[in-house]
Amino acid sequence: MTDQSVPPAEEQVRVEQAAADTAAPRVTALSRISEVRNLGLVGVLVVLTTIGGISQPDSFLTRSNLITVLTQASVIGVITVGMTFVIIGGGIDLSVGSLMGLASVWATTVATQNLGTWAVVFVALVVGVGFGLVNGVLIAYGRLVPFIATLAMMATAVGLAQRISNKQTQILNSVAINNLATNKILGLPPLVWIFAAVAVVGWVVLNRTTYGRRTLALGGNPEAARLAGVNTRVHTVSLYALSGLCAGIGAIMIASQTTSGSSTNGDGYELNAIAAVIIGGTLLAGGSGTLVGSVLGVLVFTTISNLLIQNNLQTEVQNIVTGVIIVIAVLLQRRGKEARG
Amino acid sequence: MTGQDGDVDVSAPLLEMTGIVKEFPGIRALDGVDLEVRASEVHCLLGQNGAGKSTLIKVLAGAHRPEAGTIRWQGADISFASPLAALRRGVATIYQELDLVDGLSVAENIYLGHEASRGGFTRRGQLRADTRALLARLGHAEISPSREVGRLSPAGKQIVSIARALSYDAKVIVMDEPSAVLAHDEVANLFRVIRDLTATGVAVVYISHRLDEIREIGDRVTVLKDGRTVGAGLPAKTTPTREVVTLMTGRDVEFPFLRRTLPPDVDRTEVLRVDGLSRTGEFQNISFTVRAGEIVGIAGLVGSGRSEILETVYGARRPSSGKVSFLGKRLRPGALPHAVATGMGLAPEERKSQALFMRESIATNMTAASLPHYSRFGFLNHRRELTDANQQVRSLDVRPHDARRRVVTLSGGNQQKVVVGRWLLHGCRLLLLDEPTRGVDVGARAELYALIRGLADSGVGVLLVSSEVPEVLGLADRVLVLRDGRIVHESLAAELDESQVLDLVMQGSAV
Repeated sequence: MTDQSVPPAEEQVRVEQAAADTAAPRVTALSRISEVRNLGLVGVLVVLTTIGGISQPDSFLTRSNLITVLTQASVIGVITVGMTFVIIGGGIDLSVGSLMGLASVWATTVATQNLGTWAVVFVALVVGVGFGLVNGVLIAYGRLVPFIATLAMMATAVGLAQRISNKQTQILNSVAINNLATNKILGLPPLVWIFAAVAVVGWVVLNRTTYGRRTLALGGNPEAARLAGVNTRVHTVSLYALSGLCAGIGAIMIASQTTSGSSTNGDGYELNAIAAVIIGGTLLAGGSGTLVGSVLGVLVFTTISNLLIQNNLQTEVQNIVTGVIIVIAVLLQRRGKEARG
Repeated sequence: MTGQDGDVDVSAPLLEMTGIVKEFPGIRALDGVDLEVRASEVHCLLGQNGAGKSTLIKVLAGAHRPEAGTIRWQGADISFASPLAALRRGVATIYQELDLVDGLSVAENIYLGHEASRGGFTRRGQLRADTRALLARLGHAEISPSREVGRLSPAGKQIVSIARALSYDAKVIVMDEPSAVLAHDEVANLFRVIRDLTATGVAVVYISHRLDEIREIGDRVTVLKDGRTVGAGLPAKTTPTREVVTLMTGRDVEFPFLRRTLPPDVDRTEVLRVDGLSRTGEFQNISFTVRAGEIVGIAGLVGSGRSEILETVYGARRPSSGKVSFLGKRLRPGALPHAVATGMGLAPEERKSQALFMRESIATNMTAASLPHYSRFGFLNHRRELTDANQQVRSLDVRPHDARRRVVTLSGGNQQKVVVGRWLLHGCRLLLLDEPTRGVDVGARAELYALIRGLADSGVGVLLVSSEVPEVLGLADRVLVLRDGRIVHESLAAELDESQVLDLVMQGSAV
């Protein structure tokens, strides 16, 4: 009753103006949060590089070491792109590391290599996509929890790779593929360019296509996506096939780096990829994330492990540091979310 | 269970909130709200979505700290540092989304966080006895303390929530739209429980959009608008509806239902034909048709199979027998994406969990069903999406007028408009509406009614499900009455009145 003196029309205008005044800054602030986050990751990279430059002035900031960092980042980076899609879509893929091993072994058998370089590439990609499809079908149609389905695939793929290779390392004879790690295009090994290409294509697909939009929708609210007419099962299957494809590409890259196919290729890469995705700010629950963040996550991740190696720290220290970084990244993510809410 | 000091002056206010201000970044949600609650009364809180009701009860519950204003509790100034602090003082809040743990038993839920224990071990016997006493006090001794809460009906869960409030010896119980999830006879039962509570000195703050309920159960009404109290402590039974609505909206809502201007045209094309549709345990032998430009309403109690029928027609559930034909062609069971692609749309019952992508913008939500339309070779045209969405935002009057806003920041009525806007953009031929006005305020309701009528007049077939009989009768051309999964009556809406429909709906039910 106290406000009856205020004419309703005036009141209305006041509210609308207030809404208009507050709307614009709010929206931009919200959309900038991921950018701010990514800037933060760039800042972390700068800090890491500075630390490297100071602690190992002779070796860290050398051209060859920086190329080493980028090359290492490339292999993990490619499977991280696939992992980003799967996680944004509300799933997880624990099998990518093992699939890399399996694809590299299958592609480097004598029978395959006799057919030539393209046969090696083709087999690696088909193995990746094929087993990725199996993951997807188990999850979408068999209704297995992604964690379980891909954990089972992880074990199976390693076993299969060991069976095929008799636990032997198979030498890769293809000069063309081996050159991917050793040649230089514009000063960088082709492996780095492959990673760049995959990341760019991934970014375009995620941000500019209906496929990317549907992936975000599926991870954000699967029931709403289904009722809006998204074929959620087919889309789920395609996400794991995509992750498998990335594992196939990664298999060729790691085979090129090591000039061999082995069941131990890619061992533990799934955890590195997941860590990079999380450091990059993608929600593990799905529905939100960026590819730029994931790429930066991979770079931060690889730079840190390079720094540790440069400073002659053992792998166990690297593992501990990795764990700590993941925890810090998630804590920062939560703080960012609370600042928004 | 009442306080030890039985000499509390009943006429003195139990709770006095004065000049409460609560600001969120960029928005003043509460701008000087007053609320006064006395012992033993049912105090109703009315206001449109976004008027500040939710924020106010969160301040009262200790979940939000106000920037200014005073709260007096039993005559002394107080500030609630946390929800637990408010609970301990005797202010309990029952939110719309009941915060119970489905996997725990009734007794475990009621005493969660303050279990009677000895040396860290729960005293299960006492827990069960106390629970039994509480449930008996609420007149629901038939609920077993060891029953798993997830297996109770929504009404049963509500009773458990009220029992939990009483277990903290609550003096004020805030209920946020408690009747929204209840069927007709269950509301009557809730009202009986509320009357028993107030008889023992407990005050109830009751939030509802249904004016008839407020008339029936309320003692006094406080009306909020734009974060301010515009009507304080009005008598609930005698204040004219017109006055209440005017206070809430600043305008008169005169004819919420628009009669169709054209006489029903029997020659219009048939959009939907359902033949002998059944789903075991849900509904049996359902047959009906929807023509272009026609609104067909389904009336029935919660649990009579209404939503299930809609979702089966849509392809989200598979029928055990029967067939669905859309635009003259038979639909394959479960072919939901195909149904959407050919022009069917569903605005589901649960907006947040079934329809909206809360983190995404209005534009993204609106175009979710028509992505192919906004893309070439799979590449999205963001600018066209935003332009079209903004146009819908303006024509539907979604506040604020900015399609880049995240849906999570909108009120319930505006969120529902976004869901309807999705199907308007899609240009569908048949729209299935499941409880389109649940949790929507009076003003936005009238707009939605006009919108639905306008859609039908433009040639869209509409199949409408609603718990509110006047809504079905006012909006639909033809009405199907559903009871226990069967159609028991079908006729033109004009030939039915509310009491007839209620009679048809309730016959043979548990009463």
